[in-house]
Parts: sequence; structure tokens; C-alpha cells
Amino acid sequence: MTPVIAARGLTKTFGDLTAVDGIDFEVPAGESFGLLGPNGAGKSTTMRMIGAVSSRSAGDLRVLGLDPDAHGPEIRSQLGVVPQEDNLDPELKVRENLIVYGRYFGIPRATCASRADELLTFAQLEDKARNKVDDLSGGMKRRLTIARALINEPRILMLDEPTTGLDPQARHVLWDRLFRLKERGTTLVLTTHYMDEAEQLCDRLVVVDHGRIMAEGSPSALIRQYASREVAELRFGSDRNAEAAARLEGMAERIEVLPDRVLLYTDDGEALLERVTDLGLHPTTSLVRRSSLEDVFLRLTGRSLIE
Amino acid sequence: MTTTTAPAPVRRGGGVRALYAGNARAILMRSLTATKSSNWAVVLSGFFEPVFYLVAMGYGLGSFVGDLTLPGGETVSYAAFIAPGLLAVSAMNGAVYDSTWNVFFKLHFGKLYQAQLTTSIGPLDVALGEISYALLRGGVYALGFLTVMQVMGLNLAWSALAAVPAVLLIAFGFASVGMAVTSYLKTFQQMDWVTFVMLPMFLFSATFYPLSVYPEPIQWLIKAMPLWHGVELVRGLTLGVLDPSMLVHVGYYVVMVVIGLTFTTTRLRALFLD
Repeated sequence: MTPVIAARGLTKTFGDLTAVDGIDFEVPAGESFGLLGPNGAGKSTTMRMIGAVSSRSAGDLRVLGLDPDAHGPEIRSQLGVVPQEDNLDPELKVRENLIVYGRYFGIPRATCASRADELLTFAQLEDKARNKVDDLSGGMKRRLTIARALINEPRILMLDEPTTGLDPQARHVLWDRLFRLKERGTTLVLTTHYMDEAEQLCDRLVVVDHGRIMAEGSPSALIRQYASREVAELRFGSDRNAEAAARLEGMAERIEVLPDRVLLYTDDGEALLERVTDLGLHPTTSLVRRSSLEDVFLRLTGRSLIE
Repeated sequence: MTTTTAPAPVRRGGGVRALYAGNARAILMRSLTATKSSNWAVVLSGFFEPVFYLVAMGYGLGSFVGDLTLPGGETVSYAAFIAPGLLAVSAMNGAVYDSTWNVFFKLHFGKLYQAQLTTSIGPLDVALGEISYALLRGGVYALGFLTVMQVMGLNLAWSALAAVPAVLLIAFGFASVGMAVTSYLKTFQQMDWVTFVMLPMFLFSATFYPLSVYPEPIQWLIKAMPLWHGVELVRGLTLGVLDPSMLVHVGYYVVMVVIGLTFTTTRLRALFLD
């Protein structure tokens, strides 16, 4: 089956700046695909090229089998786009936002109206149908933006940083909605710099940094490949971390020294902690956790994802 | 990550379809829906403004001025002389207000066009839809004002009916150019330039007195400005003084429409579909 998105050597330059530097990836239909990377990695630029609102500088890109530079309107009519910043229509009420947006695709008004009602239920906003957009909370606005992106029954739903700026509770509500879409077989393409979000929602992802793909795979495969099963996080106090790390040399598969803590990669964190104590080292706090995509990113780039 | 394919030359393509989806109606409907919940005092003020001017200047000032003799020898009341000028001005003001301040807000704060252009809507749909709304509003004001003129006995000929399409054309011209200019502006300070151009044009474009009061070079300057053509066109129609030169006035606005739409469409595409 042909992939719904295929990029080869995809590049975008703005003057001297290369925002996207020759990336290759494919997204098959029904997959939930993520672009994980820090701010400025080129994720949004990639999304804009896929969304046929930004032309590429070089390379090849096919979305739903079409070239976005030549078939923008055809592609856009089959995409649902959730931009990083909400751009709901503040002059329209909640339900009107959905109907009017559907009309932009040339969908008949009656169809828009019935879909709007279904989507308001899906977004848990039935009670807010007649409210002004400005009266909604941040989480509600996001849900409305997602509902709006679904009004044309898109073949691909594109979400740029869907939960950035939301409180934890609102994020979980949103994840739940997106998970339902995934279960229904909607193709999702999302960018995020939250590894928990990528782990929850993505079947497969690419780690992007400086416009390049550093690694690709499912979240669990990436963790297996680039990190150990567990991580022990030890804090000795800011000025003593480096000194302690020197004494821990060789005790773990890999050691990362961050300004505020030392990370020890190992398959058995608790056993490692015991050996650390046996050495006579007494961290002020210690924690053993499962490895995450954060660790993968740290391994690949030498930097934390959120700084 | 090595690129095996040589970077192919990438061009913007898609022809007319990339610019126009034939769905300007959806943009117009959006504006009408938004008007439902807008401030009606502001909407109505567009109707009353020229009426107030007509009463204050036409009757108040007109009682001192007396009647005017037109170049063709006809004598008309001062109110009948300025009413068509005010009609053209109200078309200009309505069109410019909608296509500058409203467009500026939607462009930079509401992010409306950005959202619209992620759908299958094209930049020309946006331009035409937004301008149609300005026209519709201008057309309603024009009909209202013409009715007032009729009641006051200021429409001196049947050709006054043709003032409605004339006013729509004037509004179309100003709205197209207004939206084009606005799409290039970045700050509120730059928006003040619009007012800086509009006010003198309103005062000096033979709105309140014949152009013949000016020395010749000034007359040419005024004739190069768009509003004068509108004032002359509408005045000829409401007073019943028809003249082939009216076609020049019409042509002036057609050119404004074409230039305005071209720049607006190009600019919207550059801004949101780079």
C-alpha cells in the first residue's frame, strides 16, 4: 500500500538558515506518527510543508500521492490541521466556528450542521455550543480546534504541539480524545516535545534535531535501542555532581552528568543504588525510573529535550 | 541522512486552482454570521454619518450658500449638489473601514486568513469574499442614503437609480486597494497613514464645492485621486447630467479593482502559502 505521506530529502531553507535538512520518512495510512524534538528543530516547518501551506526548497514530498506544491487545494481539502497556536474565529460562537469552517471546504450547510453536533459531543463541548470562543478555557479551545479540524472528515489529522500550554488535567482529557481517534483508524501526524505524549500517542516516531532525523522507531524500540531498561537519578547537590560521577565511573552502562543530577543507565536501578551506598556515596535524593524518550533524546543529542 | 536524489528545482504550481477555489461565498457567509453578534451601533453609524453631514452642511450651511449653477447652466440647490458627493464618500469610508481596520485585525490578531488558507479556500476567495462583504454593507448604506435623498427631493433625475451600481463600483475599487495596502502594513502606526490620505481626499475632492475654485495644477492633482471620479460619477447620475466622461470614471475604478485584487491575492499567498 502506498504511504499517505512520503518525504525524501525534504529540505526547507529560509535564506541562510536550513530549517529542515534533507529528511526522509514515510507514514502509512492509519498510523500515528510523531515528530519529537526541541523547539526550533524544524518540526513545524515540516508540518507546514506536509499541510501544503509552505513550499519545499528541495527534495521530494508526496501527500496522499500528490505533490503539495502543485496540488495544494486538493491536499488541504483532505487534511485536518490543528496549529500550534489556536486560530479559532473569535467573532463566531462555538458551533458557528465548526459550521463556517466546514463551509470553507465547500461542504453543504446541512452536512456541516449535523457534523458540528457530532463533533461537539466528541469534544465534550455540547453545553458550550452557543458560547463565545473567548469564554472557553485553554483545554476547551484546543478540543474545539481538533473538532474543527475533523469537520471535513480528513484522511490525515495533523497536530502541531497539541497539548503545549495546557494543565495536566486538560492534557489527559485531550489525549483521551486523540486516542479514540487513533482507535478509529484516523492517521495522526503530531509534533511534540513531551516524551510522555509521544509515548502515549505515537505508534512510531522520528527524533528530530537541527532539521535532521536522529533516530526512528516505535517509542519502546527507541528506548530499547538507545537507553537501558532503568535509570537511577541521583542528586548530590549542584557543585558535587561531577565529582560524585567521577567516582561512579564504570558502575553503570552509561553515565550522564547534568547540571542538577547524575543519570545512571542500568537494567536494575535498585541494585545499583545499593552499590552506590556501599561505595560510601550519599546522594541527597535518589530515584529509580523506567527509561523514557527523554533519555533517548539525551543520548542522541547530548541535550535535554526541555531546557 | 544522505540525499540520493539531486534537489529538483521546485516551483510554485497549481495555476488558477491554487489561487481560487470558487468558494468566495463561504468567506462572505462567515462575515454575515459574524455580523449577527457584532456591535449594531457601529454598523448603523455608517448609515447615519452621511445623513448628519447632509443635514448640517446641505441645509445648515446651504442656507447661506444658496443655489449653485453647474457648468452646463443648470441651477441646483446646495444640498442637491453635495448629497451625491456624500454618497460617494460614504461608499469610500465604508469600503476602506472594512478593508483596512477589519482586515488588519483579522490578519494579525484573529489569524483568520491563516486558518482559512489551511482549508481548500484560495487567497482570491478570501479577497473576493471579504470585499463582497464590504460591498454588501456599502450597498445597503447607499440604498438607505438614496432613499433619504429621494424623500428630501434631492434626486433630480431617473438616472439616480444607476447611482446604486455606481456606488458599489466605487466601494469595490476602494475595498480592493484598501485590502491590498493593508496586507502590506505591519503596525498600527502605519495604519494612521490611511487616515492621513483619506481625510484630505474627503475634504478636497469637489465634495463640497466645484473643482473650479482651485488653480489648474491643483485641479489635476485632485483629478488624479480616486474619490473625485466617484463624486463626479454619482453627481452626474443623481443630477441627471450625463456625459461620456463618466466612462473614464468607471474605467478608473475598474483599474483600481484589478490592481487591488492582484496585489491582495499575491500578498495573501506570500504570507500564508509560502
